[in-house]
Amino acid sequence: MASQTVAVRGHIIDSLILPKILDEIMDLNGTFDILELSVGKRKTDPSAVRLRIDARTAKQLELILRRLARLGAVPLDQHDVRLMRAAKDGVFPATFYSTTNLPTEIRFRGRWRPVQRIEMDCGILVNPRTGQARCLPITHVHRGDWIVCGRSGVRVTPLERARDPDVFQFMGSAVSSEKPKTQLIHRLAQEMRVMKRAGRKILIVAGPAVVHTGSGPYLERLIRRGYVDALFAGNGLATHDIESALYGTSLGVSLDRGMPSKDGHDHHMRAINAIRDLGSIRQAVRRGVLRRGIMHACVTREVPFVLGGSVRDDGPLPEVITDTLRAQDAMREHIPGVGMAIMLASTLHAIATGNILPATVKTVCVDINPAVVTKLTDRGTFQSIGMVSDTESFLRELTRALHL
Amino acid sequence: MCPPTYYTVAYEINPWMHVTQQPNHARAVRQWRALHHLLTRTLRVTVWLLRARPGVPDLVFTANAGLAWGRTFIRSNFRHPQRQREEPVMERHFRQAGYRVLTLPRRHNFEGEGDALWMGGTLVLGFRFRSDAAVHEQLARLLAAEVLPVELVDRRFYHLDTCFAPLGPKTALWYPRAFDRYGRRVLENLVPDLVAVSEADATRFVCNAIALGQDLVLPAGGSARLKRQLGRRRIALHEVDLSEFLKAGGAAKCLVLRL
Repeated sequence: MASQTVAVRGHIIDSLILPKILDEIMDLNGTFDILELSVGKRKTDPSAVRLRIDARTAKQLELILRRLARLGAVPLDQHDVRLMRAAKDGVFPATFYSTTNLPTEIRFRGRWRPVQRIEMDCGILVNPRTGQARCLPITHVHRGDWIVCGRSGVRVTPLERARDPDVFQFMGSAVSSEKPKTQLIHRLAQEMRVMKRAGRKILIVAGPAVVHTGSGPYLERLIRRGYVDALFAGNGLATHDIESALYGTSLGVSLDRGMPSKDGHDHHMRAINAIRDLGSIRQAVRRGVLRRGIMHACVTREVPFVLGGSVRDDGPLPEVITDTLRAQDAMREHIPGVGMAIMLASTLHAIATGNILPATVKTVCVDINPAVVTKLTDRGTFQSIGMVSDTESFLRELTRALHL
Repeated sequence: MCPPTYYTVAYEINPWMHVTQQPNHARAVRQWRALHHLLTRTLRVTVWLLRARPGVPDLVFTANAGLAWGRTFIRSNFRHPQRQREEPVMERHFRQAGYRVLTLPRRHNFEGEGDALWMGGTLVLGFRFRSDAAVHEQLARLLAAEVLPVELVDRRFYHLDTCFAPLGPKTALWYPRAFDRYGRRVLENLVPDLVAVSEADATRFVCNAIALGQDLVLPAGGSARLKRQLGRRRIALHEVDLSEFLKAGGAAKCLVLRL
């Protein structure tokens, strides 16, 4: 959805300029809101109107505005962005524009240009020669970079309401454990098929509970059948997945019998040690040491994964990126092209991913704890829809709905 | 008026102009003199002459240079750079003649009497091809009058004075298809007696006419039907052959600026 406020003044009623403006907007499939209308009392008094025009796309809006310019309607708030140079590495100018995760455009040298790599809580870096703009995380700013300051010349487009009621509209964003899940999951499966057909990527963010609850094999099936294009997780998920592949346990609990196994408590450390010995998870797969599980599926299906570390990690595994800034960058690399993100039983990584996703990415957060789902929304990932559910039953139902 | 000493078709900025079809200079001078003679001698009109200058061939079409109102002159902002060269010439001339010269913001195009014609107390403004609709508000403010912008839709009739000619407080000549449906409605509401001309008459520029009371000076070639229609309204017709000026997309009205 794109919108712009325009104003027109003069003898616009007797000259039928106003009805013509309204007709032209409708002829070009736009809609309007009359924000203000003052009608001249005498023939020589001018009338004035302020209109908000909404169009489905920015291109359509541009077309409408071009037609209306001919009739004397001028867009309000037509200023270029103000740019300032960063004085230090890693520090924005004090008045920098802080981004949202919504589609954003800047007006530079009289032209509206889209901001690339939309991400919340960033600055906007502009190349003054080409006019190209992109979101820039604070740690990446270099001294001398041109950064957008103030709000003038920045246009944020609210998300368009889907025309057909899809699952995202159907579910709304309210978090509740009292929703008919089977039906929701079936509609989600449908949406995933649509994504795949459209060539958009599906991103999975998973916490270790996926393995603890025994739903690892379902996720593995999703990966093997091509429904996952990238996996973000931490040391925990990979460790317990490998532990279960090597020892059949997760945190020492047998996944078959549901009972703690003898000396099970050290299985996860032995698993980490074995992988560290081989150098990497990939090497373990190549050598035939790791023969099943989520990580095995990722390696053999060549699905990229990013394992971000944290202070409570055991080990960690060789692929775990312990520098959090490097981990964020590694995650960012996989964001372009993502159309849907599914977050499973993960708080830390779900929020980290939510932070770097544009609002146009359909996001589903599944957790047994409603607080996790609300937390994600409260931190700005408002496009996410929540499902309070155990991951095992969610993934079981999802694989069934996808006929896997 | 400005004598056609340097008149030629030096560029193409309307569908009538073709640099390959140059006007015959001697004939153009003869035609212009005939018009001048008709106005000054027969109709007793006082005509001020503007000195012709080389490099501005369209200066002869003085009607486009601005809009005079009392001792005030609103100078045109020509759309085409070729004609923008006429702006300082006109501005200097009117200043020297003791007029208060007003200019509009540069971003708005306005081509004077070519696009602005009085119909009673209302100024009708043609827009799209040459003038911009947005100037109507400033004109209304400067003139303290009602200004009604109407959109032109036929490129051949690029100025309002090529398709609309007020003949008196209640009567006007027009070629309806030069306007869009909104413009047609506006003029139908404004003018009680509209005389529609045929396409053939319109392309002979009969609407590019000068009304002086019950006298009407118009380019020669109008149909018998049109003459009958005007005759019924007791309008005396004075036809002038202006074929050489039609080659630049102008006729009687374009050659004269009303002061």
